[in-house]
Amino acid sequence: MKIKREDILHLSELSNFTLSESEIESLSGNLSDIIKYISQLDELDVEGIPPTYQVFEMENVWRDDEILEQDASRDELLALTKESRDNQIKVPKVL
Amino acid sequence: MKIANSKVTAERLVRDALEKAEHFSDYHIFNYLNKDGAIARAREIDAKIKRGEKVGRLAGVPYALKDNFLSPEGGTTASAHILEEFTSPITATSIAKLEAEGAIMIGRTNLDAFAHGSSTENSYFGPTLNAFDKTRVAGGSSGGSAVAVALDIVEFATGTDTGGSIRQPASFNGIYGLKPTYGCISRYGVVAMASSTDCIGFFTKTPDDMDLLMSIASGQDPKDLTTLPDYYNNDDSNNLDTKSDDSRLDNASNSLSETVSREGYDPSEVSEARDDGPERTRSKIKNCRIGLVKDFDNESVDSEIREALKAKAELLKSKGHEIIELDMPSLKYALAAYYIIVPAEVASNLSRYDGVRYGFRSKNSKDLDALYGNTRSEGFMAENKRRIMTGNFVLSSGFYDAYFLKAAKARTLIVKEYEKAFSKCDFILSPVSPNPAFKLGEKVSDPVAMYLEDMMSVSLNLAGVPGLTIPAGKNKAGLPLGLQLVGPRRSDKKLIEFSKELQENDQ
Repeated sequence: MKIKREDILHLSELSNFTLSESEIESLSGNLSDIIKYISQLDELDVEGIPPTYQVFEMENVWRDDEILEQDASRDELLALTKESRDNQIKVPKVL
Repeated sequence: MKIANSKVTAERLVRDALEKAEHFSDYHIFNYLNKDGAIARAREIDAKIKRGEKVGRLAGVPYALKDNFLSPEGGTTASAHILEEFTSPITATSIAKLEAEGAIMIGRTNLDAFAHGSSTENSYFGPTLNAFDKTRVAGGSSGGSAVAVALDIVEFATGTDTGGSIRQPASFNGIYGLKPTYGCISRYGVVAMASSTDCIGFFTKTPDDMDLLMSIASGQDPKDLTTLPDYYNNDDSNNLDTKSDDSRLDNASNSLSETVSREGYDPSEVSEARDDGPERTRSKIKNCRIGLVKDFDNESVDSEIREALKAKAELLKSKGHEIIELDMPSLKYALAAYYIIVPAEVASNLSRYDGVRYGFRSKNSKDLDALYGNTRSEGFMAENKRRIMTGNFVLSSGFYDAYFLKAAKARTLIVKEYEKAFSKCDFILSPVSPNPAFKLGEKVSDPVAMYLEDMMSVSLNLAGVPGLTIPAGKNKAGLPLGLQLVGPRRSDKKLIEFSKELQENDQ
């Protein structure tokens, strides 16, 4: 399928990107090529085949419900952000 | 592997490695050199040796770290602008295990940003050059790590393999590269790409070095609940002596040490420098059945690679192994399934990079939505954007069943096909990539052409089985050729052991 400009705009919204005009154009071409390639799966008959989402042999690996010692302190983690105040991360206005 | 002892100091080993790293700076292997930190650690180890204290199995061994492993030593950039200023407060479990044995990180190596790529050209900091031809790519995404080992700067390097990112650069640079069984090594503290296929692994110059690293790094980690209990060191099925057929074992005359025909790598030095561990031997595994995948023997694979595969098959026959042909028709669809499943997981894993909690934050955004959009647009490379958008496409309503669900079903067929293959043979021998190292710039503007590089490597990740790249000589142009040896889940130890059978001169 051909990816249209409005498809790219929709996907960029889902992906949280602000794209330039030249990016919209190049991504339209790239994504059309990629989707054409992955669409060859249509040739494969998967009727009645269950899906596989993971290949780990174990399921429901639980640990005890207790607080473990953390590798990084609150101060170390807050130091990673660009702006913080009173132990909170500061961002531009939300609304 | 050359380890520090009373004659060769850790500081000497580390200084040599750092000098070589600087000598080869034009290859752009390292994003960061850990000069002061490495020398300080080396001195600590030398002091221990001097005092007669016990040192680890990797005492003073310099290594290179792919720059998507987290530790406070140097920033972890993942070769991406969005993490350019990020320094981790935590240390990856795999690093902690290597360093507890005395290994010393001398630098962080270049990769395709977020490991998205097969050439290391998608790095924000520019490409790494091939160890054998500076006009060609290193392979990727772990290109820097592969070249660091191939140029003999370090004894080993770490890598991550989501669809071939260890095996393909290992083959492009003539060294060993292992993608272990899914779940073998903890991924705690490693930048996530696709959680259902990501694996940690290594680049080495010999199978014995690979075995040593695996025996150190494997095992369950309470910080990563997708790790398997340590089968590498404990599982009975791994014990080479438990093979039902006693004739597979060659107990006689196998005390001969292996030779490695590499320039500047003298095996006699290795045996002198090694002061612990058992004497290394050639493969103990005999009378195996090896499968060749019929579906890979066609024009889409370089003729010299196919010749190298046939030559190795003949070598195995001459050593008493049986060669069979395998029909694996679903593998043809592995790449399409991979480029649906992995972008979907990438879109999810990379949604955390929002400029709020860590990493790059775009300036002058009027509100929070603009901050997210601007940060992500400025911080990601074009290939990161393609994968995130492809992932959101295959997951979006209206397309989920046709793409993601269908790929997950195709994955079942691929898993079953490997199970069937391993009911007929012990290992599979196949090409790693369809061609040797290609020219810089040749494929970078055509994403599908770059994806086709991965056509023979991705199915292992979808099935969770281990694969080891082994060197297979050079082509007429002097470029290294590599092949991959594939085994069933949890066969990693046997796989490494058996790879010795593929060495030309076992004497």
